[in-house]
Amino acid sequence: MTRTRPLALAALCAWASASTYSQAADTTAAQQLAHWSAQAGSPGNVDKGKLLFTTRHGSEWSCASCHGTPPTGQGKHASTGKLIAPLAPAFNPKAFTDTAKVDKWFRRNCNDVLSRECTAIEKADVLAYLNALKP
Amino acid sequence: MKKPAPIRPAAMAAALCILALQMLPSAHADSGRAMPRNVPSAYTQECAACHTAYPPGLLPAASWNRVMAGLDKHYGTDASLDATTVRQLNQWLQAHAGTYKRVNEEPPEDRITHSAWFEHKHRKIEPATWKLASVKSAANCAACHTGADRGEFDEHDLRMPAGLNARSRRAWND
Repeated sequence: MTRTRPLALAALCAWASASTYSQAADTTAAQQLAHWSAQAGSPGNVDKGKLLFTTRHGSEWSCASCHGTPPTGQGKHASTGKLIAPLAPAFNPKAFTDTAKVDKWFRRNCNDVLSRECTAIEKADVLAYLNALKP
Repeated sequence: MKKPAPIRPAAMAAALCILALQMLPSAHADSGRAMPRNVPSAYTQECAACHTAYPPGLLPAASWNRVMAGLDKHYGTDASLDATTVRQLNQWLQAHAGTYKRVNEEPPEDRITHSAWFEHKHRKIEPATWKLASVKSAANCAACHTGADRGEFDEHDLRMPAGLNARSRRAWND
């Protein structure tokens, strides 16, 4: 019994670190684009995504207000001034690599900019635009 | 050669006493304005993604309670979180909320920047300074307080924000 314990512990550690890793990077920007395109039943459109990203939609802010135009460099929170890591995946390897984070920020930011949640096709369009931005 | 003056025990004791007294407020995690040591990772990840990680001692418990109950309308933005994280963070904020003198007063709109002590401390800052591109708003503590993200607001760790006019620059050290 005592002999199996270190092994069990090691297994537990391996499982814990593996699950932590998969939580922190369980998706990619390409997968997110594929996911929302499939859900919308139509591929994301770069131009529509760019328009959605830069338009204010009748509110005070656009996506670009905090993330910049184009969102390839460091952004800045429009009211607090807090720095935001670049949003375009080619300029930030961590962007769109955590499903929970992607869902949370789409929910919050679409509410702020569009006063409602974004539809699947809108998310696909934005991702198509962001993924198309290259150095 | 002059001999160094012997250290007088009474003076030594008095100095130590003063030192200890100065350190006392920060030793009380539930009433001081310093950042507690046990900052939950969710606090840094969620709250500090958009603004300075404000030490919980800067607002009273009732204010934090209202802030955490209304995250979907958080000072003009949607900062909503899952219920478990909200509960966890609120417990920590309640445990370390401000109880010290004026921090105990609930400021208008539960805004730290509307607290009497905040307004008093910043009374010499010109209105135009808050509107500088490098500052944007009074919520941007880090524009001037270099230790803001560590919960350090010491007056000796200040920097002048970019774009300050000559008059304000001259008055900076007053």
